[in-house]
Amino acid sequence: MTAAPHAPSPIARLGASFAAARAAGRKALAPFVTAGDPDVATSVAVLEAVGRAGATLCELGVPYSDPIADGPVIQASYTRALGSGVTLEHVFAIAKQASAKVTMPILAMASYSLVFRRGIDRFVADAKAAGLAGFVVPDLPLEESDDLDAACRAAELALVRLVTPTTPPERAEAIARKSTGFLYCVSVAGVTGARTELPPGLLDRIAWLRTKTDVPILVGFGISSPEQVRAVAAVADGVIVGSALVRLVAESASAERNETLANVERFVTDLAAACG
Amino acid sequence: MPAAPAVSSVPDALGRFGRFGGRYVPETLSAALDQLEREYAKAQADPEFQAELDGLLSAFVGRPTPLLFAKRLTEYAGGARIFFKREDLSHTGAHKINNTLGQGLLAMRMGKRRIIAETGAGQHGVATATACARFGLECIVYMGAEDVRRQAPNVRNMRFMGAEVRPVESGSRTLRDAINEAMRDWMGSVENTHYIIGSVVGPHPFPRIVRDFQSVIGRETLDQCRRQFGRLPDMVVACVGGGSNAAGMFYPFVDHPEVRLVGVEAGGRSGKPGDHAASLSYGSPGILHGSLSYVLQDLDGQTADVHSVSAGLDYPGVGPEHAYWHDTGRVEYTSVTDGEALDAFDLVARREGVLPALETSHALAWAANEAARRPSSEILVVCLSGRGDKDAAEIARLRGLAADGSGATR
Repeated sequence: MTAAPHAPSPIARLGASFAAARAAGRKALAPFVTAGDPDVATSVAVLEAVGRAGATLCELGVPYSDPIADGPVIQASYTRALGSGVTLEHVFAIAKQASAKVTMPILAMASYSLVFRRGIDRFVADAKAAGLAGFVVPDLPLEESDDLDAACRAAELALVRLVTPTTPPERAEAIARKSTGFLYCVSVAGVTGARTELPPGLLDRIAWLRTKTDVPILVGFGISSPEQVRAVAAVADGVIVGSALVRLVAESASAERNETLANVERFVTDLAAACG
Repeated sequence: MPAAPAVSSVPDALGRFGRFGGRYVPETLSAALDQLEREYAKAQADPEFQAELDGLLSAFVGRPTPLLFAKRLTEYAGGARIFFKREDLSHTGAHKINNTLGQGLLAMRMGKRRIIAETGAGQHGVATATACARFGLECIVYMGAEDVRRQAPNVRNMRFMGAEVRPVESGSRTLRDAINEAMRDWMGSVENTHYIIGSVVGPHPFPRIVRDFQSVIGRETLDQCRRQFGRLPDMVVACVGGGSNAAGMFYPFVDHPEVRLVGVEAGGRSGKPGDHAASLSYGSPGILHGSLSYVLQDLDGQTADVHSVSAGLDYPGVGPEHAYWHDTGRVEYTSVTDGEALDAFDLVARREGVLPALETSHALAWAANEAARRPSSEILVVCLSGRGDKDAAEIARLRGLAADGSGATR
């Protein structure tokens, strides 16, 4: 092994990032960036801007041809990225370049179709070599996850699980116990995408989950504005903002890259301020 | 040594057909799939459910469908005797109705009054719209925009029966994209909506449920062969896209090793990637739409573009039980081209007075060719899965292209 003997493991770096936010009296902010949209170089620069703006961690969306959990905004970003020729090699290259420049941990949001095709061991090894801290695999339910779970534990990478409003309580408890890094609490039954209101019952659900696990609980799906971030951050350990940021990058695609980056940094800075 | 388990003893409790199948879906859908599994087990044990379904299959669908001796096609081939299992005579003109009635009854048992479905050729969409009209359920059908164009008569018929047809403009604008959109709808509506998947694909328990509802085809065929011939057929042939008519036809025969089973995939224009939709012939193990099976995909696992002249076979995956039968060698899988299927359409139309669907024409092309090489003592049954009225305009259009020599394959 070439790593320094005392280099923290990927999952330990993730834990340290949460701890640093807590120590500063802040909730965690986890923006989502689509890898390769609109191109590899811009994605690296967007990740740097997200890091500068004070994100606790970042989810890197791995483009997939048939993302059934995603709404139109993220789906379209995947289609654009794949259309421009982005492959898994590019995605790992983006992660590697960005993680050399930012301290925030980066997790891959990847369909299990891609993980399975590459082979679990190779996918996990490539991710670790690229400096990724773990995975969110939105189409891998508890029953099918033993092999990836074992590989992630061996590699000291996080495997973040999701609970949703349709998850029965005993199942939610089992998922929460298995989740490493953090627990992803999906706010609504539905696909990703910005929504104007937070669903009723969300705050109670978070409070209940809080009694079931020690890992941070982050809320995602449908959160797009600093006001929503503030409301969720009041009860959860952090928030995930996906489609709103992806849309911002898409809308600035025709602009100069510097302008895109400035927009991204400003938006994430506002979100981070709402986490304080 | 204990006897090997019967080929029919799948899936297991996790929905595995050997290594294939399973349930790879977002957590939001897990509870609904569990509920469906429980409700299906209860329905299977409920004589009233079976009686209601049997009554509908008889009086509404017109079952049992006949087993027809294809006399002039047999003479033409000059070998094995060819028989058609006439699913095209089912109400709505294809086998799809067997499944939609069963799942419609399950939906009502679960208290779900809103139904969504995907459709390629439109046959499953029509069959879903039909069941919903019969049961008084709300019906929304997702259909690729390209297929809306190719299969206009079916779109019109769905609307006549009160269904809302939503054209899907994303991706390749065909069956695969329609499934993606139906899944997305279900993600947000799962508590009051049932998704009637039209083939033996998708997450557990769908491949099993659809196979079971379609197995009426194979059970009837098996009985008819015993009564008409005093024995089982030598060979049974069916077309395979997602594979529901083939699964329903083959399943009652898989534990009879003396019966040769052959699935015919869409060979399209050529064997080059993007030119066909033959997942078992050219694909590799992968995960698509919730289950592990053979998938046409690139090295990263991105789903490949596919092509078939037949909208119902134009799909980059295949049911997991077919993958299992493929790997165990129980069923042979082969493919025929667009051109061969169109020729078979002509042949069967002129020699038998039956207009077969373009999907079915793939099975007919292979069957006519194979029959010629087998002795007249043998019996070959083709699952005539659907009628070809829906394809008439598209076939005429393709002939027009052929007439001026540009772009047609025949």
